[in-house]
Amino acid sequence: MAFYRPAAWQKPLSLALLCALLALPTGLEALGQEFYIGFATRVLIFALAATSLNLVLGFGGMVSLGHAAFFGTGAYVAAICEQAGIAEALLAFPLAMAAAGLLALAVGAISLRTRGVYFIMITLAFAQMAYYLFVSARAWGGDDGLSLSRRMTLAGFSLASDTALFFAALAALTATMLLFGRLADARFGRALQAIRENETRMEALGYPVFRYRLVAFALGGALAGLAGALLANQTGLASPGLLQWTQSGTLLVMVIIGGVGYLYGGVVGAVVLLMLEETLVGFTEHWHIVLGLLLLGVVLFAPRGVAALFGKRHG
Amino acid sequence: MTQLLLEQALNGLQFGLMLFLLAAGLTLVFGIMDCINLAHGSLYMVGAYFVAAAAQAADSFWIGLGAGVAAAAVLGLLLEVALFRRLYQRDHLSQVLATFALILIANEAVRLIWGPAPLMLNPPESLAGPVEIGNFFYPAYRLVIIAFGVAVAALLYLLVAKSRVGMWVRAGAANREMTEALGINVRALFTAVFVFGAALCALAGGLLGPLLAVQVGMGESVLILAFVVIIIGGIGSIRGALVGSLIVGTVDTLGRALLPTLLRAILPADAASTLGPALASILIYLLMAGILFFKPQGLFPSRA
Repeated sequence: MAFYRPAAWQKPLSLALLCALLALPTGLEALGQEFYIGFATRVLIFALAATSLNLVLGFGGMVSLGHAAFFGTGAYVAAICEQAGIAEALLAFPLAMAAAGLLALAVGAISLRTRGVYFIMITLAFAQMAYYLFVSARAWGGDDGLSLSRRMTLAGFSLASDTALFFAALAALTATMLLFGRLADARFGRALQAIRENETRMEALGYPVFRYRLVAFALGGALAGLAGALLANQTGLASPGLLQWTQSGTLLVMVIIGGVGYLYGGVVGAVVLLMLEETLVGFTEHWHIVLGLLLLGVVLFAPRGVAALFGKRHG
Repeated sequence: MTQLLLEQALNGLQFGLMLFLLAAGLTLVFGIMDCINLAHGSLYMVGAYFVAAAAQAADSFWIGLGAGVAAAAVLGLLLEVALFRRLYQRDHLSQVLATFALILIANEAVRLIWGPAPLMLNPPESLAGPVEIGNFFYPAYRLVIIAFGVAVAALLYLLVAKSRVGMWVRAGAANREMTEALGINVRALFTAVFVFGAALCALAGGLLGPLLAVQVGMGESVLILAFVVIIIGGIGSIRGALVGSLIVGTVDTLGRALLPTLLRAILPADAASTLGPALASILIYLLMAGILFFKPQGLFPSRA
């Protein structure tokens, strides 16, 4: 792999995309397709979650199979906040991010001692622990999960309407992409990618390799927590299913389909996978077979992902 | 109390030996070809379905077991030749994606063929009752499973530790290139290992079928446990897989049976009833994290 550098037309395209998204709810309402505002929100939330994993996986080179733990923790913290009477997202969302980030910090501090397959498996083990803890926590609903009685408010504005939540998710994703874009091009991002390429060399150059990785891992966890908090608001439920290892697998699939290590890899992957799901469900209830075959096709024939077609790398 | 302890210890042994059947194939696939196979659990599920379907058709558990295991071996051969060969040279990420796709396909295919309801698999009638050991009764069928497990473990030990093929397998796990350079056809060897692993999966699935439900998704939970086993034991090591399976099987079973009682003795009843099941279900993961913390390569690292 080589260092990430955005293509010249990435910025104008991003702006155009943002404008299109800003107009999307109005457009859908005009067409009488309000249902799709909820779907679009879901896509944005998963784009955020996949992007947070891409930071860890694509830029940090850490194959984590436990990312759903942070995603689900964010959702649970949001639900717990709402139950405790904290219905202001400006308070609850940072709390969700902090909890997920701290959990990621702890998990990363132990997991990053291992390498390769062992790292994959130990992150998976920690995610399973988190899953079973939430399943058996009867105070938080156990198997059934914890529901939100109503959606939160953001700076006083209610997120109850689908359009409001759509804009909240869009704002979160836009802010994340801006941060991510800056990071990827900054000293931190360069060092992180260099560590992915050649750890020994960076160590010899005096870079604190472990700390760089840990910070990236924790940041990815915190952003996943934000996505989880948004999702809990959309579905009105924080369920243990969000922490299941298949959820980690799905996020991983999104990043790989989109393009590992490309700024928009996570976004593209989330859009492609969820649209595919939405389309296939219309045709057959056994759409998982089709999806599985398509994924096999991607692995065998387009190993670098879809976003690889849109971004340049220089060696 | 001793009765309960003894019974749970036997259950743990039985569970551990079945885990070993799964982990043995997985650890070799991992060790020799450095290939992550998330679909190993699906082979277990499909194998159990094959056995259940064949047993229903033949109206005999043992014929069903034989036919199901053979069918799973054929499926393993097809998968290895058609798909896995292309994955060995790829990075771990591609392997995760491809085998994750296989899980989706397998689950949905099973649902398509046999429907969403669990399949019933009855143990042979002669083994349906309990037998008396010392002063308590234990299901005869579970004893047969233990016997099967011990026999397969012994067979595998002889095969891997004493035979020439086993020596190649161990050499391949320790250093693939060097083994190839010495003139061993590692690729053919690996096909054999993969097929053998698939057959062991089906054997475990078929034997456990009468105890657990044969249903969609049964592979995923057991897959994670098999991974825990081989990580604890050290990837590529059969001995590690055996020790790891027995540890995980015993700790998990005894933890579930005894932890709630133990906690009740030291904690208030309210806290104990919440904490007990939670702690019991994460016990093996704590164990694994602890072992990895002190021995990042597992208990029996096969690579120096």
